[in-house]
Amino acid sequence: MNRFLAIVEREMRKFFRSPVLMIMSMMLPIVQLVILGHALGGHVKGARVAVVDEDLGPQAVRVHEALTAVAVNVATFTTVPYADEQQAREDVRTGKVDAAIIIPAQYSHRVYAKNAPRIGLVVDNTDQIVSGAIESEMQSLVDALNQPDVPKRVFTDIGLRIVEIYPFVEYMKYLLAGSIALAMYISVMIGGGMLYIDDKARGVHEGYLVTPISKLELVMGLNAAGAIKAVLSGICLTVIGSMMAGLGTIFHPDAVLNLLLLILGTSIAFNGMMFLMMVRVDDPLVPRAMFGVLNTLLFFPSGAISPISQFPKWLQKIAFVDPFTYAIHGFKSILLKDGGFVSIQSDLLFLFAFGIGTLLIATPLFKRTL
Amino acid sequence: MTALLRQKPHDEQAVDAAGASAIAVENIVKRYGTFEAVKGVSFEVKSGEIFGLLGPNGAGKSTLIRMMTTLIPVTSGRALVGGHDVVKEPNAVRHMIGVIPQALTSDQDLTVEENLSIYAKLYSVPKVQREKNIAEVLEAVDLTKWRGAQTKTLSGGMRRRLEIARGLVHNPRIFFLDEPTTGLDPVSRIAVWEMLNNLKKSRSLTMLITTHYMEEADRLCDRIAIVDHGKLVALGTPVELKQSVPGSNVVEVQFNREDPEWQSRLQALPGVTDVQSQSAGVYRVLTSNGSQTTTQLVEMAAGLGEQLTSLSVQNTSLDDVFVHYTGRQLRDEQVKAVFQMPPRPGAQP
Repeated sequence: MNRFLAIVEREMRKFFRSPVLMIMSMMLPIVQLVILGHALGGHVKGARVAVVDEDLGPQAVRVHEALTAVAVNVATFTTVPYADEQQAREDVRTGKVDAAIIIPAQYSHRVYAKNAPRIGLVVDNTDQIVSGAIESEMQSLVDALNQPDVPKRVFTDIGLRIVEIYPFVEYMKYLLAGSIALAMYISVMIGGGMLYIDDKARGVHEGYLVTPISKLELVMGLNAAGAIKAVLSGICLTVIGSMMAGLGTIFHPDAVLNLLLLILGTSIAFNGMMFLMMVRVDDPLVPRAMFGVLNTLLFFPSGAISPISQFPKWLQKIAFVDPFTYAIHGFKSILLKDGGFVSIQSDLLFLFAFGIGTLLIATPLFKRTL
Repeated sequence: MTALLRQKPHDEQAVDAAGASAIAVENIVKRYGTFEAVKGVSFEVKSGEIFGLLGPNGAGKSTLIRMMTTLIPVTSGRALVGGHDVVKEPNAVRHMIGVIPQALTSDQDLTVEENLSIYAKLYSVPKVQREKNIAEVLEAVDLTKWRGAQTKTLSGGMRRRLEIARGLVHNPRIFFLDEPTTGLDPVSRIAVWEMLNNLKKSRSLTMLITTHYMEEADRLCDRIAIVDHGKLVALGTPVELKQSVPGSNVVEVQFNREDPEWQSRLQALPGVTDVQSQSAGVYRVLTSNGSQTTTQLVEMAAGLGEQLTSLSVQNTSLDDVFVHYTGRQLRDEQVKAVFQMPPRPGAQP
């Protein structure tokens, strides 16, 4: 026990003497939270849309009024009048405007004649997000124009009423769970992976191996220290990230307890996984080279950025065995929904089982000799 | 193989191991795949002596020390350290030994005292004893006033002294030092030698030191084993080893013109026991009478109308011993070793 604690003491003293590790492990997730949180998931605003009116009739005026209403209210786009359709198309192509609306000649006549009137929309579909937003807005606008002036005698438009059980979740809040897990992963990667291999290469482990410390004491000491570092990173990012995202869940005692359990489970899972991967590695370049690949392979399929149900089957299989998936699901359940212990039971079960399982595999692989 | 390498019968070695021998190595072999790093080496280290393993980089010194300190498995043969078999009783061996690795491995972010304390804990030294031991070893290596300093603020020599203190913090009986002065400046190196000599006297330590510095081996070691290509090629006290080389002086001469005849002409001079050809017309002449050979050599050159570029006379050194037993200079091997690292454990040669 004394030897096990000596390893933990050494690792923790080093950790606190060089706070750069903690800062670096939180830097990327915080930057990601701020940048991606604001960059993604918001509404498109202020797109420039060219309007070419070749009709100039009374129904075209209705279209102009509807477009002005969009520009003034939801502000998805603002309109720019164009006289020439060709010029408008060219400007969409060259990016001067994001889309062009063409009100063709005879449009009003066709409306009155009920002769399939059409409004043209030219979009730059290389940008799916902006073009999708403009298309969606224009579809709503056309639906509104299609409403009859006199209501039907038999009401046939069946609507779907969506009941959202939680308040609107901004993307930054959605992303917070992933950022916490990412901070812990980076802490484990640097503190448990890179520093572990660096120590090995510097001969620090050689120093341990000539002492009477047992293999189990050494493995447990290194892993306990790694898990403590990841827990500290997780706690810091949960607090900082919640405040940045405006989440008050961290002030509920029950939620705090559940979050601590999740942080602990995630630390053990990540640390076990990292130790298993690094147990036979000697070259300090290996963890550095693996960092980006592992980050992409584990973080993105986990549902941190977008829902797992969007993924193809093969990617969903990766998500199924990825500890990030369960950590992020658990954090979202507590931070966004305050779902209580019941909502994270299966996540905790997986995380603890995964961590202990990987450690059980890694321990026999750990060499007590050089 | 020299006569100095007398193999003792097995039972006699076993008796030594249980008695006066602190270390007994018997026909030990280390193989990585098909590459044999250590090829059946046997020797004994008596209690209380400083024993040197001398050889170039890649000779197998570190492999030997790593087998004796339980760091790498032994392929075949046997090593007893403090009477315990390194394979069968590794933990008993680890309790008895202190090891100073080649690299400086103390934690730079930790203080001197913290480094020592953590290692004392790894050896389960009780708290009261730990504090006493730390104070004693700090005193012994003259680092008491630096005990609270972060290791990264220490000079190279002080860090090496810290490493030595770290190896002693649990009061080991046998001390292994792998190239303890590599990378140190000459002043720090001499300070380390003095400190090791003092430690030997004050603590009755047995020390096994690997080195590729001739002077270090000569000044520090009671006995020296010369290791080359994984084999023990000579073993004895520094004096015995020097006496085992024919000739008591070395005359180093350089002619201004290269001539294949020089070797035979020098060999023919009275008292000359061996002539070793070096590069660019340089010859090392081993002789039983340095002054007489020098006079005759100068006369011979004058008689042939040849000029000498340089001429020096030295006593036989361990360098000459090394050349005698291995056929080449340790210095050359060190230069080569810079470009040719020893194979990694498990790697094919």
